[in-house]
Amino acid sequence: MQRTTSHEALKARETHLQQLFLQGLDGDEAAYRQFLTLLSAHLRSFLRRRLQSPEIEDLLQEALLAVHNARHTYRSEQPVTAWVQAIARYKLMDHFRAHARHDALNDPLSDQAELLADEDHQAQQAQRDLARLLEQLPDKQRLPIFHVKLQGLSVEETARRTGLSASAVKVGVHRGLKALAALIGGHR
Amino acid sequence: MKTDELINMLANHAPPVDRQIVTRRFGTALVIGLALALLVLLTVFGIRPDIGQVAATPLFWAKLALPASLLAGALLVTTRLARPGAPVGNGWVTVAAPVVAVWLAALGLLLSVSANNRWALIFGETWRVCPVNIALLSIPAFVCVFWAIRGFAPTRPRLAGAAGGLLAGSIATLAYSLHCPEMSVAFWAVWYVLGMLIPTAVGALLGPRLLRW
Repeated sequence: MQRTTSHEALKARETHLQQLFLQGLDGDEAAYRQFLTLLSAHLRSFLRRRLQSPEIEDLLQEALLAVHNARHTYRSEQPVTAWVQAIARYKLMDHFRAHARHDALNDPLSDQAELLADEDHQAQQAQRDLARLLEQLPDKQRLPIFHVKLQGLSVEETARRTGLSASAVKVGVHRGLKALAALIGGHR
Repeated sequence: MKTDELINMLANHAPPVDRQIVTRRFGTALVIGLALALLVLLTVFGIRPDIGQVAATPLFWAKLALPASLLAGALLVTTRLARPGAPVGNGWVTVAAPVVAVWLAALGLLLSVSANNRWALIFGETWRVCPVNIALLSIPAFVCVFWAIRGFAPTRPRLAGAAGGLLAGSIATLAYSLHCPEMSVAFWAVWYVLGMLIPTAVGALLGPRLLRW
C-alpha cells in the first residue's frame, strides 16, 4: 500500500473525526455512529500493519469498545487521533502480552494420546446446550445476553430490568458473546 | 458479532457524556485522602506540641513547601498520565524542580557548616522512623488516588502508578510535617524524599495490575 496522504489531508481527516466525536459526546447518535464507522476503517488498517489477519477483527472490536468506555477521558484541545492511537496501542500491547502468556502455558502436543484426549474434550463441550453454557457466564454478561439476544429487548429495557447501566449492558453482551464463543470452541 | 453490529450497539441511545466527572472524582479523592492522612496523624502521631511558636517562623513554611509543591506537580503529572495520549511535557519539570531545589538548599547548608556538624543536620533525631512513618501515612491517600485514576483510562499504567504513588506520598508528607520535629533542610532532602519514594515505587509496582482496564 502506498502512503501518499498529504499533511493537509491528514489534518482535514482529524478535524472531521474530532467534530463527529465531539457531537457524539454531546449525545448526537448519528454523528457518533459515523465516527465509530470511520474510526473502525482507520483502526483496521492500523492493526493490519501489526497483526495476523484472523486476530484483526477481534482486536478491532476490543479497541472500539475501549474507545467507547474511555470516551469521557477525551479533552477537546487534544487531537482525537493521538487519543485513539494511545488506546489502540495499549490494547495491542495487552493482546501481545496475553498471547505470550497463553503460548507459554500451552505445552506442544507430545504424543498421540494427548491429541485424542483433546478431541474428546471438545466434543463434550459442543454437546452442551446454550442454557448450560450461559450458566457459566457471570451475571453481568449472562443477563444482558439473555435479555438482549434471546428475548430481543432493547438495551435500555435491559438496563432497567437488571439495574445495570446501559453501557454495562453493551459491554456485557460483547464480552459475553466472546466468552460463549470461547466456551463452544473449548479454548482461550 | 460483526463489527457493524457492535458499532450500532455502541451508538444506539448513547447518552451525552459528562466530561467533568473524572476531574470531580480526582478532587474528591484528594480531599478525602488529605483528610484521612490528617486523621491518622492526629490519632497515631499527634501534632508537635510547639506548633504555635514554630508556625511563626519562615523555616516551618519552607518545610511545608516541599510536599505542597510536589503535591501540585504529582497531581499534574498523574492527571495527564491518566488520559490516553496526553503528553506529560512540562509536567516532569514541576515534579523535578522541588526536589532539585531542596537538594541545592541542603548542599548549601552542609557546605556552610564545619564537617563534624554535617551528620547531625542530615540524620537529625528521627531518621530511623521518618520514611516508614511517611509510607504508612500514605496508605489511605494511596487508596483514594488509585480509585480516582481508575476512573480514567491510563495507557501507561506503570508510570501512572508511580505518579499516583508520589501524589499519595506528598499528601502524607504534608500531614507528617505537622508532627515531625526536624528543622534541617538536609534532613528533609534525604528522608522526606526517601519516604515519598516508597509509595512511588509501590505505585510503579502495582500500577500495571491495579490500573488495568
